[in-house]
Amino acid sequence: MTTAPAPLAARRARRPGTAGKRARRALLNLAGLLVALVTLFPVLWMISTAFKPPTELFSLTPHPIPLHPTLDNFRHVIDGTGVTDSSNNPIPYWTFLRNSLFVTIVAVAVSSLLALLAAIALARFKFRFRTTYLIMLLIVQMLPQQALVIALYIDFRSLNLLDSLTGLIAVYTAFALPVTIWMLRSFAASVPKELEEAAAIDGAGAWTVFWRILFPLVTPGLVATSVFAFIFAYNEFVFALTFLGVDTPRFTLPLFVQFFQGHSTSGTDWGAIMAASTLFTIPVLAFFLIIQRRLASGLVAGAVKG
Amino acid sequence: MVKTESRRPGRRSISSSPAGAVTGRLRRRRPPSSSPRPPGLTARQRAAIWVRRHRLAPYLLLIPATAVIAWLILWPAAQIGLFSFQDYGLMQIIGAQPTQWIGLGNYSQILHDPEFWLSLRITVLFSLVVVPLTLTVGTLVGLLLSRLGRKMATFVSTSALLAWGTPAVSASVIFAWLTDPDGGIVDWSLSKLPSWLGGGPHWAEFSWQNSALPAYTVLTALLVWMGFPFIAVTVLAGLRTIPAELHEAARIDGAGPWRSFWTITFPLLRPVFMVLLMLSIIWDFGVFTQAFVITAAPGNRDEFNLGLYEYFKAFTQPPAYGMASAIAFILTLILLIITVGYVRASVKQGEVR
Repeated sequence: MTTAPAPLAARRARRPGTAGKRARRALLNLAGLLVALVTLFPVLWMISTAFKPPTELFSLTPHPIPLHPTLDNFRHVIDGTGVTDSSNNPIPYWTFLRNSLFVTIVAVAVSSLLALLAAIALARFKFRFRTTYLIMLLIVQMLPQQALVIALYIDFRSLNLLDSLTGLIAVYTAFALPVTIWMLRSFAASVPKELEEAAAIDGAGAWTVFWRILFPLVTPGLVATSVFAFIFAYNEFVFALTFLGVDTPRFTLPLFVQFFQGHSTSGTDWGAIMAASTLFTIPVLAFFLIIQRRLASGLVAGAVKG
Repeated sequence: MVKTESRRPGRRSISSSPAGAVTGRLRRRRPPSSSPRPPGLTARQRAAIWVRRHRLAPYLLLIPATAVIAWLILWPAAQIGLFSFQDYGLMQIIGAQPTQWIGLGNYSQILHDPEFWLSLRITVLFSLVVVPLTLTVGTLVGLLLSRLGRKMATFVSTSALLAWGTPAVSASVIFAWLTDPDGGIVDWSLSKLPSWLGGGPHWAEFSWQNSALPAYTVLTALLVWMGFPFIAVTVLAGLRTIPAELHEAARIDGAGPWRSFWTITFPLLRPVFMVLLMLSIIWDFGVFTQAFVITAAPGNRDEFNLGLYEYFKAFTQPPAYGMASAIAFILTLILLIITVGYVRASVKQGEVR
């Protein structure tokens, strides 16, 4: 079609609408390109800044691509000269990564398990208060965390759960639950009931039906929902900020990134902040790209807090 | 017929249906001759029967999750309500003094605090700007995505997904850097813009953090950037449910894109837009992390929104947990009112089934 001989192409162009159509298509593509560039710009700028030496950060003509790329910012962040513990020893990046991963993985595992049980109850049984429970989940999801954090701070203080990752795990488990249950419920409901019935007729008990039939079929859903729980817990800021205070060795990654900005000693070291933020963000974005397809359907299936 | 009857858990199948004979026999404790099991039932079997008879399975399955939610979300929410009527500060939290019920004391104090009204005004105005802006940008991008070719659409939606996926703290820190007075690209670009576009050298080293309006302008850009992808993807999914013939018919009848949006797309997607509207209001009204990083790092009290005002009442010295709880309660109530709208919209959409 594109390689049509010239006279034909000319005739086509003369036909009313065709030229206009092509112009429209070009205009749309241009708009798309513009949207994509504006959207990507902040993330690209973060990455580019992370590789810039200090002289280029504040240069009179900023370049989108570093002229003399350097790994100094990353080295600075990973060696931990930015954040120190109470006796002024630098804390390396790995400490915060370990804290974040520990909290996130435990919280996701526990909340996925609890949510799976609840989702089966909501998808497979009819009982009183079922609708009430679903509405409760919707409402609980919307309660402002910066409000609840006051009461949780007071409770955890008396339970000695402040300045500990255990407290964070408990809170992340709880706050990941409503969304996880909500999404898993639709996954569990989409497993055909006939399969379980057939297994039951063949003599399988409730446990076997669950373990051999329902669980394998819900696993993809479990993976998708635990990704959401993972991202929530990995990114969470308010509770970590409040519970951990100045207990720097227990900081999670978001606190680490923010601490870098708020507490730098000699002016704001933007190169280091962007390097820290790059190290923190890139895994999440990689995750997003991998699960892109599922994400789009999940987004629509259940309202997910961003 | 018999199939479903036989495996339906519950009283009926145990006592009356012939297919439930095995469990029925167990329940009536027939002698061991008809069953390989020893006489009597183990505690586990007895419990299982009891659960079935009373149809307790769903409740048992819900107990763990509900207990966690009740302990860490519902009870703290109730506590906020309780604390808001108490004098609860430093002396009370260290146990030096008992808490005292002071009725509406906290509330009257807040209502007479000009900072409260300022933060409420900032919160409301901010939502009034950001919500329509995010919805408009998101809808436009959604419409654009539906018209693009496959490759371009994938490219645009992937970049939107990356914006959506950027953690709130990272995004806030990035925008703080973009608008930094010393090396920020925004100030540099504005200072290079010709003056008829509003640019000029006075933009060089313009500080975006020192007063409320510039700070919230940055916050607006940040939240639109983070929020529009969700709207765009949802609207796009909605658009796919509308038969193409409808738009085609409208075009043949001479309707332009504007008219065809308002007469076809919008009415058909109204429930989707309602849910998106409610969600956006709830998120933008209660925005905390981004506001904390963008405005509160310098700690300017005249830049607080409701959430920051409440948070700093509770967590700066001297702590005023009672007063902060009262603000938190007001914030929660406002959000709950919007949430009721959201729940109703969700129920209408058939999400609660």
